[in-house]
Amino acid sequence: MAKSSKIVLYSGNEALASGAYEAGLKFATGYPGTPSTEILQFLSQFDEIDSQWSINEKVAFEVAYAAAIGGKRSIFVSKHVGLNVAMDPFMTSSYSGINAGFVIVTCDDPGMHSSQNEQDNRLFARIAKMPLLEPTSPKEAKEMIKFAFELSEKFDTPVIFRMTTRICHSKENIILGNRVEAKARNFEVNPQKYVMIPKFALMRHEELEKRMIKLKKVTETSTLNKIEINDKKLGFITSGVTYLYAKEFYPNASYLKLGFSFPFPAEKARKFCQQVKNVIVLEELEPFIENNCRLLGLKVKGKDLSFCIGEIRPEFIPDIVAGKKKNEKKVVSRPPQLCLGCPHRLVFNILKKLDVIVSGDIGCYTLGVLPPFSSLHTCLCMGSGITFQEGLSKTIHGKKVVGVIGDSTFVHSGITGLINSAYNKTKGVIIILDNGTTAMTGGQPHPATGYTLKGEITKNLVIEDICRVAGADNVDVIDPTHVELLEETLRKRLSEDKLSVIIARRPCILMVQKIKKQKNS
Amino acid sequence: MKNQRNNSRHPKQSEESNKNSGIRTTNNPISVVFYGNGGQGVVTASEVLSWAALYANYHVKKTEVHGMSQRGGSVESYIRFGKEVFSPLPVEVDMLVCLHEEEYPRLKPQLKKSGIDLFNYLTQAKQVVGEQKIFVNTFMLGVVSAYLPIAEKHWLEALNKVFKYSQAENKNFFLKGREKGAIK
Repeated sequence: MAKSSKIVLYSGNEALASGAYEAGLKFATGYPGTPSTEILQFLSQFDEIDSQWSINEKVAFEVAYAAAIGGKRSIFVSKHVGLNVAMDPFMTSSYSGINAGFVIVTCDDPGMHSSQNEQDNRLFARIAKMPLLEPTSPKEAKEMIKFAFELSEKFDTPVIFRMTTRICHSKENIILGNRVEAKARNFEVNPQKYVMIPKFALMRHEELEKRMIKLKKVTETSTLNKIEINDKKLGFITSGVTYLYAKEFYPNASYLKLGFSFPFPAEKARKFCQQVKNVIVLEELEPFIENNCRLLGLKVKGKDLSFCIGEIRPEFIPDIVAGKKKNEKKVVSRPPQLCLGCPHRLVFNILKKLDVIVSGDIGCYTLGVLPPFSSLHTCLCMGSGITFQEGLSKTIHGKKVVGVIGDSTFVHSGITGLINSAYNKTKGVIIILDNGTTAMTGGQPHPATGYTLKGEITKNLVIEDICRVAGADNVDVIDPTHVELLEETLRKRLSEDKLSVIIARRPCILMVQKIKKQKNS
Repeated sequence: MKNQRNNSRHPKQSEESNKNSGIRTTNNPISVVFYGNGGQGVVTASEVLSWAALYANYHVKKTEVHGMSQRGGSVESYIRFGKEVFSPLPVEVDMLVCLHEEEYPRLKPQLKKSGIDLFNYLTQAKQVVGEQKIFVNTFMLGVVSAYLPIAEKHWLEALNKVFKYSQAENKNFFLKGREKGAIK
């Protein structure tokens, strides 16, 4: 490998971002979420790209998609569950199609390293009828993202680009290239394409089905779906990082490596199965490729159901080939915990003492569920700290229910829940754990910080103001280090028949350290 | 020291002697794991090794998982380098670099029978850095460097690449670790 100043060590996320930059990307949106966060952070350094943290994924998707219709190559980035939040615009965007290239990056989290579920977003390609690309490594992510924009523009479709944690957060040698500006495109007034009233949508559905037939031909010839014939006794149909795991154990086997896995390249799979005697389908999570093969009547062997749960690790491969069940040697890890000095700790100490039911939400503070606090009782999705407070407080008697939610999560999807609580006459207490950042993903700004992704000063959302106009009867702002005052206020508000919000405001200790370090250097 | 091979033949490091160092370059990639507790510099240390290997013209793959919470909790980072690396995750490692005593038993079973365990250097690392605990990882990197087929100049370049602060101190503790690693 020749040494050059243009060779760098990049993670999958950074490699993807630099590939998108080189492809002439001009607009990027997303909401922080492991393992996707670093993509937008990396893109924010480029002046040529208008990049933003949006308040949530639905908003992010719509803004980026509109920018693509407006004529700029755009990208939407989120973790797997983030795409759920954007499902409404996502589903219909394949009807309208695009103008300039539009790529939907979904970073799935097999093994749930930092997620609430391990859904396999490849399945959405089938539901939304969009082409699906899956790189195996950072290097491939960088090259494949360029193809994604070309594919999008050539076939007038959004493209799903599926990463997984192991690819997002692995690093390897990456060769940087130059940016090539994409051809300028203008917005054209075209209501039949961009206004999805039933009449027009029906016409677009027909277009969509025609497009799928065309795309099917492309997947059959695409070099991203590559047949490697070696040993004809054993072969793998595989995609993503599992291809590399298999290569490690079976370097002499035959492979059908799928990089463009939907629409499914049926003829290629058929041809491969004709040439190779024993074909194993190797993929993480859902049997997506396997089911496609079975629909074609191909005689393939899939993995045991036990391997559909959790991340596939390289050492599992021989057992999968042998058709065995998963026999995982459990490595006992020390559980994550709230940092020493974390202001959330003070709040959970009080909640524990008051013996209330706590409806939790997504953020560092979900760790309030673990000892020594053990005082968080529900957590389903973003915003559920507030909505669960409503549902639980209206059904549980004898115990008070307190909702907790972080500042970034509140802006993401807590505000709508709070309006609903007020509108539907809910009583009780919501605590907004306001540490002034999106802490769990490493400290990203959001509207209530007054800064943008690019570090520019912007309008500052005042959380207490929005709580008041949403309909909270009381809004108290307390520094949680004033422990007695916080406890006293919480007890008082719990005794009242009102809807109260307590904002426990103190900066994340790590952000304070970060700022100090920057000042000292 | 247990689990170390080639102890007696371990030479003083120089560019030329790399072929004789603790782990030889082969067609198979060399796999190293750094592990410890969140906030100890596990990821940073693995970053330095990765850059050093990259500067030495190897194909490098490094993988770790960014989990919940910023501090505390177990952290591990795997680096593999060689002529060509497929899987970012190794099945077994050639070198075990533990930065936290309580964490030590956790990944010990992943070490190859012929692998090198640097755990015994951790006590020395702590003694040498004293109050400046943030340099434990740098000292251990120095020890690591004495065993791997990567020339010193690449290590120094990698240190400066990764450590934006306290570059002089980092170099100092790295070289101390490197010296300890070379003497058996």
